[in-house]
Amino acid sequence: MAAPVNSVGKPSAERSSFSATSFQKKTRSKLISIPGTRPSVQNGQLLVSTGVTSLDFLLGGGLAVGTVLLIEEDRYDSYSRMILKYFLAEGVVCRHELFVAAAQDNPDDILQELPAPILDDVAIHKPAEQPRLSCEPQDSLDAMKIAWRYQNLPKVQSALASSSRFGHYYDVSKTMEPEIRQAAKCHRFYLPEHPAQSSPAHSPMLESYSALLKSLQEVIHREGFDVAASMSKSRNILRIGLHSLGSTLWGDDLSCHDNPRHRHALATFLYGLRALLRSSLSVAVVTVPSHLIQDRALNGITRLRGIGLAEYEITHRSTVSSSYTVSDLLVNCLGGPLIDT
Amino acid sequence: MYTELNSILSTTPDSFTQGEFILLSDRKSDASFLIHHFLSFYLRARCKVCFLGLVQSFSHYNAVSQRLGISLIQAKEKGQLIFLEGLTESLSVLIPQVTSTGNEAMDFLRDPSVGLRSLYDFVRSSVTSSGGGEEGAEEWGPPVLLVDDLSALLSLGVSAGAVLDFSHYCQATVCSQLQGNMVMLVRCDGEEEEDDWDDGGSELLLKGLTHQCSLTLHVQGLPTGYCRDIHGQVEVCWRRRQGDGQNTQKKLFQYKVHDKGASFFARGTSSAVL
Repeated sequence: MAAPVNSVGKPSAERSSFSATSFQKKTRSKLISIPGTRPSVQNGQLLVSTGVTSLDFLLGGGLAVGTVLLIEEDRYDSYSRMILKYFLAEGVVCRHELFVAAAQDNPDDILQELPAPILDDVAIHKPAEQPRLSCEPQDSLDAMKIAWRYQNLPKVQSALASSSRFGHYYDVSKTMEPEIRQAAKCHRFYLPEHPAQSSPAHSPMLESYSALLKSLQEVIHREGFDVAASMSKSRNILRIGLHSLGSTLWGDDLSCHDNPRHRHALATFLYGLRALLRSSLSVAVVTVPSHLIQDRALNGITRLRGIGLAEYEITHRSTVSSSYTVSDLLVNCLGGPLIDT
Repeated sequence: MYTELNSILSTTPDSFTQGEFILLSDRKSDASFLIHHFLSFYLRARCKVCFLGLVQSFSHYNAVSQRLGISLIQAKEKGQLIFLEGLTESLSVLIPQVTSTGNEAMDFLRDPSVGLRSLYDFVRSSVTSSGGGEEGAEEWGPPVLLVDDLSALLSLGVSAGAVLDFSHYCQATVCSQLQGNMVMLVRCDGEEEEDDWDDGGSELLLKGLTHQCSLTLHVQGLPTGYCRDIHGQVEVCWRRRQGDGQNTQKKLFQYKVHDKGASFFARGTSSAVL
């Protein structure tokens, strides 16, 4: 079948402890059930939310695990950065692991700017309150006269815990609380911390991209995101956010020369990234400052899109009404890209 | 295998022309559904297939082929299918490991200016290994080479000239020498007349390959834009005159891809319209 297989039924310990219902869905199916994901209705692929629910709708339900979302930055990197932060914030709320790589800003700074999630009030059982209500009949304001059968139920509708919902809402005017953020495991790659090593005589990629790819592969192996990894521990998703690839800070002269020397470094990196993603439970969002790419031959970023190196791409046209168009390269494909089973 | 496409091309798994070079191309669209068709077609025809899957993982092709009724895993075990999984092989080149694996087919990633010699050697050794020395080896039909896709090579730094050389060498070996077939996919992005020769080579590559091939299927979106029921149009063009002197050389169809296949129909006869 289309979805990744070979997983035993998940133990009920993974179910949220907040759920007030004792109903446990029997998972006889072989789909991996990871919090924060759901299978696509079209082809059964595992989807994660990008954090922006309307974007999820445009992408056909969510971002498929094992794919790359390529975002062309707008001129001041405002909206593209916002989408990246939403993506990472969604990962924190769903308890996925994060991997953030940047050359310009410290990944810690990016992580500190994540928007605050709007969570439903979770029913905090106040055991002190309930006996008070029942044994003090003169608390007439709270006592229900008509619907007295509902007296002892918790006052606030206990929402399912945030991790079992798909797609959350965020308050951009506030940043995420440090406690919530630190609950999620984050891996960082800050380029200035990785000194340039002497590369072999002919390497197809820049050292920065090679180092990033190597670091990604290490994290995937170490934390067990390989699809082939043992099934004994519970599975999770790795959300990879790569900021401003192709800019000069990565050592790439794609954005500053008419005839760059490393014309194919970024494309080769994306090819390697696709190889890593296809064999692991991870999903990547990459922002590229395509408005800086002068190379006539590359036509902006269309070279990458034309050969389908990214499954989804959000392009920005700086016209009078600056707009984003989402090109879904998977539309009408007989089978979407799938990770290895 | 899409039955309507078989009748358009007048082929069946039991009888098809040998020595053909079929070029699949698309412009701002996705012709990979045709690759799945030809893969299942030639596997059903009991040919020995060498598949260079450069852009997707093996499980992707396997999942789609299962919907079309063919199991790639079984074909690989029986020795009918030789699959080069470009993505996984490339990782060992791009991230230098201490111990390097043996397959050198993706070595062009190390230095794209060298060309595709190692890839061609891989193809040649796959299609000519007859397996006659093994006992119980099944006899397969003529060899078939499928490549998905050539534009990925362009983006990874290989020059258009090198790719054309590669396809020419493969055609000489597979089609002329061994009387097998070859199917290659090429993808273009821009408008046809916009690019000049320096665009990185995709137009040059497409024109060069169209000149070399014997049958081309060109997939495009509808000129009027996105439509839910008609996903695009396919232009089929026979470059060599058919043996029985068919007059029609070009045909245009519209298609729709659905869960278990694709349907082709003449323009304006979509089931949503009629």
